[in-house]
Amino acid sequence: MSSSASARAAMAIHPTLPSLPIKLRTENVGMAFLREGKTLPVLEDINLEVGNGEFVCLLGPSGCGKSTLLSAMAGFLRPTSGAILIDGEIVRGADPRRIFVFQERGVFPWLTVEGNIGFGLRKLPSKERAERVNHYIQMVGLEGFGKSYPHELSGGMKQRVEVARALAVNPDVMFLDEPFGALDSITRLVMRSELLRIWQAERKTILFVTHDIDEAVQLADRVVVMSARPGRIQQVVSIDIPHPRDISSPRYLELRDGILGQIGLAHRL
Amino acid sequence: MSELSGMQKTERWLWPIFATALFLLFWRYAVIWTGTRVFPSPIEVKLGLTQLVDGGVLWRDIVDSLRRVAIGYFAAVGLGIPLGLLLGWYPSLNQIVNPVVQILRPISPIAWIPVAIILFGVGDDAAVFLVFLGAFFPIVVTCVDSVSNVPLIYRRAGSNFGLTGPQLLARVVFPAALPQILVGLRIALGIGWLVVVAGEMIAVDSGLGFLIIDSRNSGKRYDLVVGAMLLIGVIGLILDVLFRRIETIKRVRWGFRNES
Repeated sequence: MSSSASARAAMAIHPTLPSLPIKLRTENVGMAFLREGKTLPVLEDINLEVGNGEFVCLLGPSGCGKSTLLSAMAGFLRPTSGAILIDGEIVRGADPRRIFVFQERGVFPWLTVEGNIGFGLRKLPSKERAERVNHYIQMVGLEGFGKSYPHELSGGMKQRVEVARALAVNPDVMFLDEPFGALDSITRLVMRSELLRIWQAERKTILFVTHDIDEAVQLADRVVVMSARPGRIQQVVSIDIPHPRDISSPRYLELRDGILGQIGLAHRL
Repeated sequence: MSELSGMQKTERWLWPIFATALFLLFWRYAVIWTGTRVFPSPIEVKLGLTQLVDGGVLWRDIVDSLRRVAIGYFAAVGLGIPLGLLLGWYPSLNQIVNPVVQILRPISPIAWIPVAIILFGVGDDAAVFLVFLGAFFPIVVTCVDSVSNVPLIYRRAGSNFGLTGPQLLARVVFPAALPQILVGLRIALGIGWLVVVAGEMIAVDSGLGFLIIDSRNSGKRYDLVVGAMLLIGVIGLILDVLFRRIETIKRVRWGFRNES
């Protein structure tokens, strides 16, 4: 029981800024949808600061509004109240500097792997575009599949295509909405370590939505734990384990179990 | 497994041929048993058609029918796709126009024949116009539907990469909707082929539709009537098979269930 108590202590809310310069900031963001004449609050009082190059996971149960928050950050939805700022400017719409990665469903099925990865590069001269496309094909390990169509690929490969398509336009921020949710558990583990490898190489700011506690603790610098609807930030947990993370280390288990307790689940099923 | 699929491959040919042969046999004996003097047997039909081919008339009729369908159909494609995309892209505009489309759509093109003759006189243009009408509305309606069925996720991805308005329509919405649009185009081609026959019975003096009505009126040549009917069926099938080839192009194949 003492380990649980020390986990609590280690998991103090972090209202202070990370040491990085602020990239993204939400100020009292609230979202409500109209359903059959009633307003349905989805998000309330979301105040969050994300540092430049930081990897932040938004973690919460289904329906807690974490995907809605991510869509609002990406500029697809407007907050009902409050504001979202990136680089000090209010987000007013989608922008190629911040790319949203859907589950692999976001890959364009009518384009080849090359066509998908080069989709955001139409303004580049074709030689330069081909070089960049090749570079990212290699980075995500899809050599030899450049001319393939998405329906000829596995789910994990499609997800790689989407990540490469996002990386190719060199965005500052990437929003990933349960990107590995539809993959089998082995592929999911492989994709996580690949994402970490890419993140460590490119140092994008990453906001990653997941409902998988292990995934969040394996990947994130900080985990934002959200409560069920209307979604609020319940707690922000810093994961102070250096990469590569030993997922059987006491500290890992301590942090993971702390979040489990926070969500209200006991340590056993 | 391969043995089984090999068997299926021969069976795919064998059974239809068997069924066709059975049908011809039934036809032949039905004519014999009923003792009809009006309805031709398969052999008489074949002789009649050979006669037409030798006279050089048949080929001209086929080409005339195909030409009318082609002109009317491509006009319908050329106008229907842009209009359908526009209405699908601007739902508020669609709300205004949709009632008119929905009222005009169920009217059989055959009902338009008198109007077509008033507008275009007796001749090619009237028949072409009927084909156009038959193909136009299905094309518009499927385009509207298929554009509005494009998953939000694709539009968002497109706009995320900086596409707006016409670019988004051309590079994301249209290719995403294309497989479904192709289904509509295929159906429209079939309707065009149905309608041209009816149009030719009234508005012109050539084509397979005219061949049917003319063979009946001048000399009750039912061998030619039935022959022309069969030709219409076979050509319609060929058009459909050719169109289906388009569905195997990789850019659109993802949208068809029976992809392999």
